[in-house]
Amino acid sequence: MTPRRGWWRAGAFGAALAAATMAGPSSAAERAEDLYKTYCWQCHGMKGDGNGINVRDMSVQPRDHTDARAMSARTDEELFTAIKKGGQAINKSVLMPPWDGVLSDEEIHSLVRYLRELCQCRHGG
Amino acid sequence: MIRSIGMTVALLLLPAVALAGGDGQRLLQERCSGCHNLTGPAPQTLAELWARKGPDLFYAGNKYRPEWVEQWLQAPRRIRPAGMYYGNHIKPGPDGDIIDERSLPEHPRLGAEDARAVTRALMQLKWGSHLITPGAYKPGRISLSMGELMFDKFRGCLACHEIEPGYGGRSGPEVYTVARRLQADYLISYMRNPQAWDPRIFMPNKHLKERDLQKFVHYFRALSEEDFQ
Repeated sequence: MTPRRGWWRAGAFGAALAAATMAGPSSAAERAEDLYKTYCWQCHGMKGDGNGINVRDMSVQPRDHTDARAMSARTDEELFTAIKKGGQAINKSVLMPPWDGVLSDEEIHSLVRYLRELCQCRHGG
Repeated sequence: MIRSIGMTVALLLLPAVALAGGDGQRLLQERCSGCHNLTGPAPQTLAELWARKGPDLFYAGNKYRPEWVEQWLQAPRRIRPAGMYYGNHIKPGPDGDIIDERSLPEHPRLGAEDARAVTRALMQLKWGSHLITPGAYKPGRISLSMGELMFDKFRGCLACHEIEPGYGGRSGPEVYTVARRLQADYLISYMRNPQAWDPRIFMPNKHLKERDLQKFVHYFRALSEEDFQ
């Protein structure tokens, strides 16, 4: 083994060790807008109107989050449950997955508040 | 004199020959590290996730099938229709978001010897062995129609993944080639808990039961036999 290669391997091992200790669910809460952009855009779209890039072959259209009438029919608790446990948890589509593996409760609550901003609405109103 | 010139030429050529022939680790550093994370950790924040240009490779040896890597490096083609983080490659269209094809980079093509050397080096990068149970996948079969029913209707995975060219979701990687690309035991581990490998990835943990994990890999293997390119 050349010294150069030995150095590289030692470095890689050290870094791998660091990765092993650092990997795992992240605990730092992110901004709701950034969470929406990362996890929701793919189906609900950049405008939140249910027209993301994944919609083309879907059997059920994702919820239009700007639709005040449809969104005001849901309580904040239902929205929280749908995000955390998936659409089936509120008798909606399996295409809406559970996000509890990657989002903290705090982040899900912030997303619910963000949805209320998008629809400019609240439950029943 | 002639002999001396010959020796000099040979010595001058030596580094190039050695580089092309076998120093995959050096090639990885020089040609791959600009876009790929070779040391870990995976992105811990959304900003880091969005900045990722290519798949993390610090666990390539636990993830990829070497024969596929070697072949792909010589004739690379896109696996993720909308790139690594789809949010960087979409734009609003008249009927909804569309992929901005011009924003998607092409992967460099390697010669056969470099591809072999790089593959050998990649296979040594083995973070995540603690997440994998060797032999976790037990080979079996499932019909394509049953597999599709499970993948689409029962679990909703079609939302983000294409099961044949041009059919399915586009924010995630295509699955019709996944059994040719990835090791079966890695697939089981990753589907069981994507965030164990990649804490902020936009693939949800579907809480799949063990028998479903197995059936999914059966399905991917059946898809790979369809020879979609």
